[in-house]
Amino acid sequence: MKLLVVEDEADLLDVIRQSLEKEKYIVETAGSYAEAMHKIISFEYDCILLDIMLPDGNGLDVLAELKAARKSDNVIIISAKDSLEDKITGLNMGADDYLVKPFHIAELNARINSVLRRKSLDGNQTLELADMYINLSDRVVTVDGKELLLNRKEYDILVYLAVNSSRLVNKTALAEQVWGDYMDQADDYEFMYSQIRNLRKKLKDHAPRIEIQAVYGVGYKLIAT
Amino acid sequence: MNLLNYTLKYLSIALLLVISIWALLFYLNMIDEVHDSLDDGLENNKMLVIQRVAKDLGTITRSGFSEHNYYITQIPEHKGITFKDLYQDTLMYTLNEQDYEPFRMLTTVFDQDGKYYQMKVVASTVEEDDLVRNLLYSMIGLYVVILISVLLINNLLLRKAWTPFYQLLNRLKTFRLDQDDHIQTPHTKVREFNELNEVVSALIDHSVVTYNSQKQFIENAAHELQTPIAISMNRLELLAETEGLSDDQLESIGRVIDALQRFSKLNKSLLLLSKIENRQYGDTALISINSLVDQVIYDLSDFTEMKSLQVNVTATDILKVDMNRDLALIMLSNLFKNAITHNQAGGTIEISIDKTSLSFSNTGGAEELDAKRIFKRFQKESKQKSSTGLGLAIVKAVADLYDFKVSYRYDGQHNFSIRFPTKISNVD
Repeated sequence: MKLLVVEDEADLLDVIRQSLEKEKYIVETAGSYAEAMHKIISFEYDCILLDIMLPDGNGLDVLAELKAARKSDNVIIISAKDSLEDKITGLNMGADDYLVKPFHIAELNARINSVLRRKSLDGNQTLELADMYINLSDRVVTVDGKELLLNRKEYDILVYLAVNSSRLVNKTALAEQVWGDYMDQADDYEFMYSQIRNLRKKLKDHAPRIEIQAVYGVGYKLIAT
Repeated sequence: MNLLNYTLKYLSIALLLVISIWALLFYLNMIDEVHDSLDDGLENNKMLVIQRVAKDLGTITRSGFSEHNYYITQIPEHKGITFKDLYQDTLMYTLNEQDYEPFRMLTTVFDQDGKYYQMKVVASTVEEDDLVRNLLYSMIGLYVVILISVLLINNLLLRKAWTPFYQLLNRLKTFRLDQDDHIQTPHTKVREFNELNEVVSALIDHSVVTYNSQKQFIENAAHELQTPIAISMNRLELLAETEGLSDDQLESIGRVIDALQRFSKLNKSLLLLSKIENRQYGDTALISINSLVDQVIYDLSDFTEMKSLQVNVTATDILKVDMNRDLALIMLSNLFKNAITHNQAGGTIEISIDKTSLSFSNTGGAEELDAKRIFKRFQKESKQKSSTGLGLAIVKAVADLYDFKVSYRYDGQHNFSIRFPTKISNVD
């Protein structure tokens, strides 16, 4: 999978590149509007991460160019603007997703993963980890052929961790993924912790090859052995 | 006391003084003039009588006030030589009035054929007490007429003259720095009012520019801050994945990420507040508060269940409000979140909706909160360090945007209510 990251902030570009390379993607970068235009015309990418506020131009023009050229590259807009109008504008112009800065690495992974999965024509809506299969369209988890019964939140947590398998997922990223923006009080995490405790217990009993490790103070990591 | 009455008060006192002094001077002048004229007449009479005496000495014996207006008596020579003409006021009995009336009397001396005669000549004069009374009535009449005139002039002319001032005043009363860009000043021919208008306009333009640049600065600063936060947070997340970190190191990294998270959240909340105040949430729709409340309750059910809170909704009517949907959701979820956060485990949240208002009552701390401060920014009652202290400030900002009234009261439960203006909430 080949990705292009368009971001004028060199530091952020570097961090994103490093993180994506850990996911075994081939990552190319563009630090300006001109460079981005040049690259999208010359090459094909599976997914483009596009900052819309570039010093020498508007990222939305890059998007327009892509659509005009009828390229099938998927685009995820990354922007500091989080107003609904900006999101709607971007999505209406054909972006596949819109991610507001600052975002967690885990969140970026999940979004890219989701975009790429949708792209696969065979509608491959499954996640496979060791002996665990997750059918994303039916929201069913099976381990070694047997169904693992999970409640709604446990399932959401498991999928998010599975998409980011072997990566350290920040607890806030996880909480926001599962509970949205309502998550803003310290005691709200208690609820998440209890859900994760239940999930870990179920995995321990029924899926011994899948383990959720807690990294104290930071978050969680799903390891498949 | 308004300006018109204020001037009238001092005018009436000043007028009373001026008119009184004027009346006194007028009176003295008039009396002086009357005496002058009478004395001239008496002098003339005197000369006529002396001429008559020169022709006919019998005139002297025929004199007397009963028949004439003069009376002559002979006096010794030594008295006569030194005598000087004397004018004086006196009283004489008159038949027509049957009373003593004031007269002007000239006492003089003349000599005829070596003999000295003293002559008194009289003329009827004005009754001074009548004159004073008449003058007093006239003065009071004049005073009243002037006062009424001044009142009328004040009301008609001054009111007209001050119109630009009152127009400006009314305009200033409704001026809102966050809503109006400039002030339309009324046209006037009066120089002072023109100057006032110019000064007020300039002051307001300056304030608006300053206010806007401050707002712009806050918004830009909040936006620009997101990028360094993103870099720091993502770098730390990558760092946390490095092999061989100790638990202590990981925990430190986690704490820094948490702090950055709070920073970012605070930043976003400030940005949201600034956007609400900048009226950047344009399109409105008729929102059913009832169904939005149900949605919020559903969205936050995990949190209420975790705290074992009992949520009761009492709706006596369908409440529909014309507002931006996102803002409605933010307002309701912030209120509901507030009712959850500051509640005790196993407590209750009562939500009541009627035709014009919505209220949230929750159990919680037994102390009444400061109703004046509670909707202000960064007023944290909770010890939770991750709370931004902006939730209720955002509720207030949304309410202010649409002229809703938010209020807090404590009656054993903490009650937050929003009253919607009837004109928009009753539309179906």
